[in-house]
Amino acid sequence: MKVLVTVKEVAEVEEDFEISNGEIEETYLEYDLNEWDDYAVEEGVQLQEAGDDVEVVAVTIGPERAEETIRMALAKGADRAIRVWDDALGDAGLLDVEAKADILAAVVEEEDPDIVLSGVQAADDAFGGTGVALAEEVGFEWAAVVNALDTDGVLDDGIASVRRELEGGVEELTDVELPAVLTIQTGINEPRYASLRGIRQAQSKEIAPKTLDDLGLDASVADSALELTDMYEPESESDAQYLEGDAGEQAAQLADVLREKGVVDG
Amino acid sequence: MSDVLAVAEHRRGELRDVSFELVTAGRALADATDGDLHVAVVGGNTEEFADALNREGVDQLHTVDYGEEFNHDVYVQATEALFGDLDAEFLLLPNSVNGLDYAPAVANKLGLPYVSDAVDLAYDDGLTATREMYGSKVETTIEVAEGPYAVSVRSGEWPAAEGVGDAEVSAFDVDFDEDAIRSDVTGFEEVGAGDVDISEAEFLVSIGRGIEEEENLPLIEALVEATDATLSSSRPIVDNGWLSKNRQVGQSGKQVTPDVYLAIGISGAVQHVAGMKGAETIIAVNTDPDAPIFDIADYGVVGDLFDVVPALIEEFGGDAPDV
Ligand SMILES: Cc1cc2nc3c(=O)[nH]c(=O)nc-3n(C[C@H](O)[C@H](O)[C@H](O)COP(=O)(O)OP(=O)(O)OC[C@H]3O[C@@H](n4cnc5c(N)ncnc54)[C@H](O)[C@@H]3O)c2cc1C
Repeated sequence: MKVLVTVKEVAEVEEDFEISNGEIEETYLEYDLNEWDDYAVEEGVQLQEAGDDVEVVAVTIGPERAEETIRMALAKGADRAIRVWDDALGDAGLLDVEAKADILAAVVEEEDPDIVLSGVQAADDAFGGTGVALAEEVGFEWAAVVNALDTDGVLDDGIASVRRELEGGVEELTDVELPAVLTIQTGINEPRYASLRGIRQAQSKEIAPKTLDDLGLDASVADSALELTDMYEPESESDAQYLEGDAGEQAAQLADVLREKGVVDG
Repeated sequence: MSDVLAVAEHRRGELRDVSFELVTAGRALADATDGDLHVAVVGGNTEEFADALNREGVDQLHTVDYGEEFNHDVYVQATEALFGDLDAEFLLLPNSVNGLDYAPAVANKLGLPYVSDAVDLAYDDGLTATREMYGSKVETTIEVAEGPYAVSVRSGEWPAAEGVGDAEVSAFDVDFDEDAIRSDVTGFEEVGAGDVDISEAEFLVSIGRGIEEEENLPLIEALVEATDATLSSSRPIVDNGWLSKNRQVGQSGKQVTPDVYLAIGISGAVQHVAGMKGAETIIAVNTDPDAPIFDIADYGVVGDLFDVVPALIEEFGGDAPDV
C-alpha cells in the first residue's frame, strides 16, 4: 500500500512586520512545516508502522528552501519525498487551490497511491481547499476535517472509516472507499519529534526534484483567475482599555476589574 | 443580469445560522449585478427548511429531496446540476466544516475559480473578496476578473437575513448518479462531555499556546484556584493532551458566554473567537500587541503571562508556583 502525504512549508510572521508591495518583507518571515501537515505525516507513518509493506511518500510544492521542511517528514519516517518546483511557479504569484490541485494530481497519477493525507488547511494562506479539490480532480473519494481514522480498516478492508469533526463538539462518522484523500485535523494523533537517528537517516533518503515538464504539465497550470491585489494590516477595531505599567501594576488593575465585574471576591 | 446561487446548510433537523448569512451576502451580490438570488436546500425536511429560508430578498427557493443529512457526494452533484441549470454567475457556499468538505470539489468540477473563507465581498466589473492570512495577522484583497465565481464565506461576517419573503419554491430534480455516491455517513456523536461544563461558567480563565509547556499549567491552575474560576483553553492545549476536550472553547469545542473571559496566551484565531465572542467582558493577556484577540477584548494586558499571572495570583492572596 502506498500513502502519499502532501506537506507545505508555510511562512510564519514575526510579531512586528512590515508589508511592502503587497507582500510581507522576507526578513519578517520564518518558515516551518505546516501544523496540520505535521499531523498528516504522523498519520501516514502510523499506517506504515501498522501495516506490512506500506510506503509513505511525502510531496511538496516549493522552492529549494522547502527541502528543509520535507526532510522533517523524512526524519519522522516518510520513505522518500518529491519536491515539485519550476521557475514558472516562482513567477506566478498566488498559487491558488486549482493550481495546487492540478500539480498534485499529476503526482498522484504518477505515484498511484491508495490514500492521500493532507492537512485541513495551510497556516499561511488558509485556503483549506487543496485536498478536496485534488480528490475531485483525480476521481478519488475524500473526507475533510478528519480527526480519527481506523487504521485496520484502511489496511485490511480498503475502507477509511473516519470521524469528521463538525462544529460544536459533534463528530460525524463516515466510511469512504479507497482510494481516497483525507484532510487531517490537528489532534488526530500526537506528532512525534524527529529523533537524531531519524534526522541522520533522512540525509540519505531521496528527495526527487520535479519540474512541471517532468510531470507532463506546462506553465499554464500556474495561471490563476485569482489575483492578490492588496495586503495590509487590518485596521484595529479594538476599543480595549489597556492596562498600563509593569506586570505588578497591570495585575493590580486587572484584579480591580475582576472585582468590579463581581466574578472574584477578596 | 447575473444570478446568485447560495446553498443552505442544515444538520440534524436544523438550519444552521450561516444559511441566513448567505442570503444576506447573496442578496448584496445579486443587487450589484441586477440579478436574482436563488437559494437551494438539499436533503432533510426540505419543505420546512424552504419555509424558514423564505426571507426578504430571496427570489427563488430550490429544494432537492435526497437523503436526510449532508453527504458531500450528494451535495456536489446537486449543486453542480442546479448551478448549471440556472446558468448563475455566483456560487456561494458556507466555509463551515461541511463547506470545507464539498465547496472545493464543486468549484473544481465546475471549473470555477475558488475563493475560500471570504469575510467581505464586493462586485464592480469583477469580484473582489477580502480574506485573512497568517492567522488573521493580515487582510488581503483578492480580485477575480472573470466569472462565474465560487466563493465560500466565513460564518458570522454577514448579518442574518430577516423578514418574510415571497420567493417561489420549487423542487429541483437531480438525476443522481448513485454509483458516484461512495461515501456513507453512518452516524453522529457528541464529544466533550465530562466533569465540568465550561458553557455554564461565569468566570473562565482560558489558556492558549502561550503557556508553551505542560509543566507550566500549574501556574494557571493556581490562578484558577485563587480566583475560584473555571479553566478552559484553546485547541492546541487539548490537541497536546494537556487538558480534556470538554475544556476546549471554539468552533469545534464549546460555545461559552461567561461574565468574564480571561484569555491568556491566546492569539484569537477565528475558530477560537467563534466560541467566546459572546462573553460579556473579554480580557486578554498577550505579549503581542497586534494579536487579533485584542480586537475583541474589552481590557488588554500587553505583557508576558509568566510575569502577569504570578502577580495576579498574589493579588488574590494565592501562592504562585515556580514554573
Ligand atoms: C476546522 C478548524 C476548527 C478549529 N477549531 C478550534 C476551536 O474550537 N478552538 C480553538 O481554540 N482553535 C480551533 N482551531 C485552531 C485555530 O485555528 C488556532 O490554531 C488556535 O485557536 C490557536 O490557538 P492559540 O491561540 O492558543 O495559539 P497561537 O495562535 O499559537 O497563539 C499563541 C499566543 O500566545 C502569545 N504568547 C506567547 N507567549 C506568551 C507569553 N509568554 N505571555 C503571553 N502571551 C504569549 C502569542 O503572542 C500568541 O498570540 C480550529 C482550526 C480549524 C482549521
